[in-house]
This record gives sequence, structure tokens and C-alpha cells, in this order.
Amino acid sequence: MSSNIGVSHPHDSAPLHASGTAIYIDDMPEPRALLHAYIGLSTEAHARIVARDLSAVRTAPGVVAVIAAEDVPGVNDIGPSLPGDPIFADDVTEYHGQALFAVAATTREAARAAAALAVIAYEPLPAILTLDEALAREDARVLPSRLIKRGEPETAIARAPHRLRGTLRIGGQDHFYLEGQIAVSQPGEQGDMLIFSSTQNPSEIQHLVARALAVPDHNVVCETRRMGGGFGGKESQAAIPAAISAILAALTKRPVKLRLDRDDDMVLTGKRHPFRIDYDVGFDGSGRIEGIDFVLAGDCGFSPDLSGGINDRAMMHVDNCYFLENISILSHRCKTNTVSNTAFRGFGGPQGIMAIEYVMDEIARHRRRDPLEIRRLNFYGDGPRNVTPYGMAVEDNVIGELVEELARSADYAERLQEVAAFNERSDWIKRGLALVPVKFGISFTAIHLNQAGALVQLYTDGSVLLNHGGTEMGQGLFIKVAQVVAEEFGIPVERVRVSATNTSKVPNTSPTAASAGTDLNAKAAQAAAHAIKQRLAHVAAGEFGVPPTAVIFANGEVIGGRRRMRLAELAKLARMQRVSMSSTGFYATPKIQFDPVSQTGRPFYYFAYGAALAEVEVDGLTGEYRQRRVDILHDCGKSLNPAIDLGQIEGGFVQGAGWLTTEELWWDASGQLRTHAPSTYKIPAIGDLPPIFNTRIYQSGRNRENAIFRSKAVGEPPLNLGIAVFLAIKDAVMAFAASRRPCSLDAPATPERVLMAIERLRAGGAASSDEVPVPGTAAGRPPDAEAAE
Amino acid sequence: MPVGRRAVLGTGTAAVFIAGVAPGPDAAAGETRGEATVATVTVELHVNGASHRLTLDPRTTLLDALREHLALTGSKKGCDHGQCGACTVLLDGRRINACLTLAVLHDGQPVTTIEGLADGETLHPLQAAFIEHDGFQCGYCTSGQICSAAGMLEESRAGMPSFVTADLAEPQPPLTDDEIRERMSGNICRCAAYPNIVAAIRKAAEIRA
Repeated sequence: MSSNIGVSHPHDSAPLHASGTAIYIDDMPEPRALLHAYIGLSTEAHARIVARDLSAVRTAPGVVAVIAAEDVPGVNDIGPSLPGDPIFADDVTEYHGQALFAVAATTREAARAAAALAVIAYEPLPAILTLDEALAREDARVLPSRLIKRGEPETAIARAPHRLRGTLRIGGQDHFYLEGQIAVSQPGEQGDMLIFSSTQNPSEIQHLVARALAVPDHNVVCETRRMGGGFGGKESQAAIPAAISAILAALTKRPVKLRLDRDDDMVLTGKRHPFRIDYDVGFDGSGRIEGIDFVLAGDCGFSPDLSGGINDRAMMHVDNCYFLENISILSHRCKTNTVSNTAFRGFGGPQGIMAIEYVMDEIARHRRRDPLEIRRLNFYGDGPRNVTPYGMAVEDNVIGELVEELARSADYAERLQEVAAFNERSDWIKRGLALVPVKFGISFTAIHLNQAGALVQLYTDGSVLLNHGGTEMGQGLFIKVAQVVAEEFGIPVERVRVSATNTSKVPNTSPTAASAGTDLNAKAAQAAAHAIKQRLAHVAAGEFGVPPTAVIFANGEVIGGRRRMRLAELAKLARMQRVSMSSTGFYATPKIQFDPVSQTGRPFYYFAYGAALAEVEVDGLTGEYRQRRVDILHDCGKSLNPAIDLGQIEGGFVQGAGWLTTEELWWDASGQLRTHAPSTYKIPAIGDLPPIFNTRIYQSGRNRENAIFRSKAVGEPPLNLGIAVFLAIKDAVMAFAASRRPCSLDAPATPERVLMAIERLRAGGAASSDEVPVPGTAAGRPPDAEAAE
Repeated sequence: MPVGRRAVLGTGTAAVFIAGVAPGPDAAAGETRGEATVATVTVELHVNGASHRLTLDPRTTLLDALREHLALTGSKKGCDHGQCGACTVLLDGRRINACLTLAVLHDGQPVTTIEGLADGETLHPLQAAFIEHDGFQCGYCTSGQICSAAGMLEESRAGMPSFVTADLAEPQPPLTDDEIRERMSGNICRCAAYPNIVAAIRKAAEIRA
């Protein structure tokens, strides 16, 4: 058995983290004559900037340079795929907190104090501050709407014996990476710029900064050793500090550090997209869906950023684990005068999964059935009931057996009875239970991003230096890729050193995102190591007098026939024989294709699966709740590193539960974000953990596709498991109504929202889903929709 | 500086503090901040067993003194509001958010940071347990978690009850997982490595017990 693959090696930086010696960008020794930058932010959500007097800023103590839109040497735009994200707002500011100018000064304090001296005169323009407002206006879109349609949804819904429609609102989420956005830019000779950036996307930083500086890409190098958390928030947003620090560095010819304050970070940079979901579903008496219509409105904020892909992924995840034969998914990419929303772990997928899981729950309440029964009934099956709305066959479906295994191991049936019995005898405290299955598509839906490069170097002492395009943000990518390279050379993983991600070593890389970091980079690194190994095999074959194919690399040795030598000896021999021990490797995910016109194809190489069972307890007097127990079973294929994967599963689940429960972003009537620090924005704390928290990796897991050692991506899929906590809370809320009538609950289900939902139930309030008389008549929007806010 | 704010400061240090921010800076005690001259004070910090004499703007937080003046960058600035716990250090063995206290308030007091927890090459039991149990992902909160846990274990051993302690009369409340979670709730971890953090602390507590 391999000592490298499937083994729980600790994170590559484990000893450094435990001793405080891991170097993040803010920890690096500061270069000579370093300047510190601070960004001046807009205080209007939508306004014409009529005057911008920065004279007092320029003359403030310690100030060396002040820049605004007109000072950008090249393009004043850092939109990742589409234009629309200015580095500095020029004539018009489009959200409260947008960057207007930046100051470089000898100290951070001086830069910050100087920025406060700016005098900006605004002429307010009409601002669209809510998603509903944007949805109602057809001109308020950052991108054109899209439709995926299959079968005859209108007819199927109209003909179905039962029909429900309703609205669900889902809030956004701040990434709250513990290490805020930061960059240090160091100017070099002849227009060179070296940028240390806390980014998931060094190649894009290189490209966008080069464009902003009006220099060729080859002048700019971006290096990222590690991030203190990314979660998607450093996929495109890291370009803001990187570009501003680089422009200031180019202008002053001095190194410039830009570290955003926590509060500034939270108002200036994008978040998860809030969604409004309108559904209309027809189903039979057993709860089987006959037709469904979704309208997904995503709040993109003021610019496109990555919103196209995010809303696409939401559309491609409303099916989750279910065969929806007749379906219409209409997606609106709404524009509001708020910060431009961006990638966040799951990239729209969680919002889509949340939509269908909410509907499943509503159908179960309507039919007075166990929601799990309704879910099972609608699961994807064998062909033809295995084709997604976008035309991809689900060939690797394990959700049925995975859910059965979880339900069995976590005593689902018994606990359903227990919860019901408890609720019978408890008036003010109610319990709720929910089992949520998850299917998540793996690959970038932008097909061209599914590629990776690596550079592997073997030295004559037998040690290996590995570089690849992926970035480390705590997810364990570096150790996993090192394990793969070690396996290829047959050496212990300690002999492989992973160096900082650097655009001058591996060029034109994709962001570390879409859960695909290991899938892509480990394959590329494996290819590079394999190329070197092939060359070495020839050297060894000559030495041993055996054919190259008979040479084996194992246990730090190279074996051929009856002869063997240490890898270091062979490396020295190869050097003497003038054989290259450096190689690049490249990988492009096979099989995937997608036609954006027909909205069909195979956007995903494979699917990852998982399920969570959550039990919660809700206090009917306060709306407060706590998790009592959570059981998770998750599919990692054949896990490369079970300890790392378990951490991703648990962490993803907790982050997903936080999104739907306590994490509330709150903007005031002027469009100002008021929850911009941990004092008011509540991410899960250690005390929010359920006292019983069982997480297991699905032992029968094996990737049907030829992904790296048959493993599966694990970054994003488990975040969706947090939906179980939301639906368990909803289940407990329902228990407060004797009639078990439905009741709306929007996300995040803060204690306030939970209490209001209970109060509505007590008052005999309306349902979240409107029961539509059959045949369906034109019913208005649920009367409850506004009341829920 | 309003009088009310000054009044809450300790007597001895308050005198230093007021002198530091008094207008009309003494050139001899001035530090150039940009073009402006800011009055400074001298403070002796005892960090990880070593003594450092620093001349600081009196507004310098303990965290900035450690990071910017002593190059002890293990303690992190997560929120700079005392709400995330990433900057937790030990002051006389008790945990404190280094971003919420001024360096000049701690003249002569022993400060222990993550860099000073190990005994030479031998890791502190908490450091070893965090590695063994994967008590981190991105690592940015880890220094604070470990320092906080070190202080917390001492509080627990001293019999200090917590919000979830069932019997307040109990001289030595047992350190259950529930107690660990409650007592560590001031240190947030966005990666949510929480189950492993609890496991690591439990392990370290068992070793020391």
C-alpha cells in the first residue's frame, strides 16, 4: 500500500501554523522605503461625483502620492472577464464604499488620516437598493437573462393534481477570511513589478495589473505563498489592493503595501449573491414532481464581475439530486447599487440547491409526508430518468445508497418519532429534523478554465521542488499535490517541497476555485513528475542493464532487475549524463463541453455527493435555536487525504449553516452596509457546534472518472450540507402550529426571523407556498412575501 | 481625550499615557510620523523571556508593538476590534486581545506570544495537539487559538467557572467539551476547524492533567 495516497498527512504548513512562523504577506519583512496605502471610499450608493478636492490629502503629513481614476496609467478596470469594475470610480459612484482614490504615505496612520481630508461633492442619482426593485425593472440587469427549459413545464404544472407556488429569499454572505485583503507591490527595473498578493488567482492579478500599468504581462510577477482563508473572496476581489498598490508603486518607484482594514474590506469587496427564488410546482398525490418553474433573481450588485458563471451554476443546481422532467429555469442577473457580488464557495450552486430543497420541504408539508420520502421519490434514477435539465446524464449517481447509509447509521426513522414525541409534550421548545442530500457538479462551467500547469524539479540530492498554478488557502492543496508527486517518484512526501505559487514559474493558470484545485494541479504535477521519471528510467536502465519499463521507483529507491540505487544516486548519474531533471506538466479536464446557446452539454466532469442530517431545538419565546446533533456522510471518491477531507467537510458544513442562520448582511436605506465587522456580522463560533457532530467519508466512494487517484473534489460540495440546519429549523418552527400548516421562512433564519415566523403561525398567518386551486388560476404573489421581511 | 476615558486607566500607567499625548511635544522624545512629530514614551516590554526597551507613540497597541516593532508576527491582526481573537497573547499567563490594549500599559509585565510557548525545540503540548488533530486550515487564527487555549486551561485548573458550568460551587468544574467550546468562544475560525480544535485542546488538557 502506498505511503502517500489515501494517507492523512498533516497540512504542509502544520508545524508553522502551530508555532506562529508561517509567513503571510503582512508578516513579511518590510522592504526599504516602503509606503503604506489607504483607499478613500465613496459615501453615496449612486451619485455623480461633481467635485473631488484632494488637495488637503496631498499636503497632509507623510503623504507621498495620491491617485484617482485619471492617474491609472493603463486601463482603469479590473473586471475579471467583463469590463465594469473600475479600480477607481470616475464620474459616477455606483455603491456606498466604492474606491474613489488612494493615498500612499510613510506610515499607515498617516495615509489613513490623510484620506479623511478629501472633500468629495456628490450629486445623488436614483439608487436601486433592493433586489425586488431591481427585478421589477427590466433595465436593471448586469447581464442578459437566461433560460433553461425542458419538456412542457406549463402544461405539466397545470395538469398536476397539486400545485404550490411561493417565494424564498436568501441573503448574501461575507467571506470573512481571517486574513483580510492585502498586497505588497515592489517596482523593479524597466517597468517590472513584483506583487505579493493574497489571491486565489495570481495569473489574473498579473494580467490585470499589467493592463492597469500599461506594461506587457511579462513585466509583472505575482507570488502567493498562502492565504489566511479565501472562500472565493480572493478570486477576483484581490485585484483591488493588488492594482492600487502596484499603480502607487509604479508612480512613486517605492514598494507599497496595501492592507485593508476589516471594516473597509467588508464594505469595499464583494460577497455571496443574495437570491430571490419564485417557484411554481405541480406534483402528484405521492409528492412526485410533474412540472416545475423557477425564476431565480440573483443580486449581482453594480457590475458583472463573475456573476454570469455564478448565476449559471445556480441554474445548474436547482435539480440537485432530482429528476425534473418538465422544468423551466429563468435566471435574472439583477443590478443593484451595492457592492458587486462575487465568488463564494459554491459559486451560486448553494442558492440553486437551497431552492429545490425548500420546495421539497414544502411539498412534504402539503402531502403530510416525511420529507425524506418525497426526496427519495424524486431522486435521479436510471436512464431516461438520469438526465439533468441541461442535458447531462448523471452516470455516477450514488445518492440513493449514500442517503440510506446515513439514515441507517444516524437512526433517522427512530429520531423522527422521538422528535414528534418530544414536540407533543413540549409547548415552548420544539425540535426539528432534516436530512438533505447534495449533488454538486465538479469543473469550471467556463470550460477554458479547466486546465493547469506545473513545474517539477529534481535536484542531485534527490529532493524535489514542486510548483503549480494552484494556491494554498488552508484547504490542503499543497500537501495533496505533494503526495501525488511523492507517489510518482516513490519517495516520502517530506522529500517534496512545494514553493509559493508564482506566475513566472507556471504561467497562464486558472484561479484556485470551483473545488478543482487538486483535480487540476495534481494531474499537471503528476504529468511533470512522470516526464522526469521516464528520463530517469532510461538512465537507470542503461546502468542496470534492463529495459526502461522494468525500472521501478519505490521507497526512495530505483530498482531494476537485481540492482537498486537511491533516487539521489540516480539523480547524480543523470546529471553526469546530461539528462534534464526539470519538467513542466499540463492537464486539461477531458470530456467536458457546453453549448451556451442551447444551454446543454456536459459542463461537469463528474458529481460529488453528500448528505447531512441535522437536529435542532427552537425556543418559541425568543426564536433562538441550537443544533443538537449533526450526522454527515460525504463522498470524496477515494480520498487522497482523509484528515484534510474531513476538515473540508466539517468546515464547509459549518460555513453553509452560518450563511443560512446567523450571518446577516444588513444595508440601511441609503445603501450603507451596517454589518461591517464581527461585532455585528456573526459567523459561526465554536459554541455553535452541535454537541454531537458525526462526520464520515463515504467508504464506497470511488470516482467513476479518471480523476487523480479516483478522488473527488471536496472544497465546495459540503457547504451545501448546511442547508439541513436551515430546514431543521423550519421543521421545528412548523411544529409550533398545531395544524402543521406551512409557513414561510427566509434565509438567514436569524432568531428574529424565526420568532416572526412562529408569531405568524400563532396568528394563523399565511403559508409560504400558495396552494393553487387545480386547474391553476392566476394567483398573485404570496401575501406573506412582504410580511416576511 | 475625554476625562472619563482616562479615569478607567490604571493610576500608574495613566500618568505615562497623559504625558504621552500632551500637546507641545518634547523634541527629545519625538518620533517622526510622516512630517508630523508625535510625542513618544518609552516602555519596557518583557516578551517571551526577553526584555525590550521601545520608544513608542503611546497609542501603539500591544499587537502593533509585537508585530511592527519586535517582528513577532505570529500574533495576527484579524479584525483589530478585539472580536476575532487572532491576536490573543498571554499577559502574566492570562489571555488578552493584544489589539485592544496599549503597549505602554504593560511596562514590565511578562508577555507570552505563540513564538514563546515552546520550550526550545519541544513544542508546548497544545502546539503538538493542534498538529496531531489538524486544529487549523488556513492557520490565520491558530496562534490566537493556541494562546487562548493555554490561558483557558489555566483558568479551568484554577477552578474558574464558565457560563455553562452546571455547579458553580464545584471547586474544580470538569473540562467537558461543552466547557471547552464555551470557554473558547472568543476565538473565531472561519475555516471552522472547530471539531479538531476541541479535540486538540481536550488532548492537551489530558496530557497536562
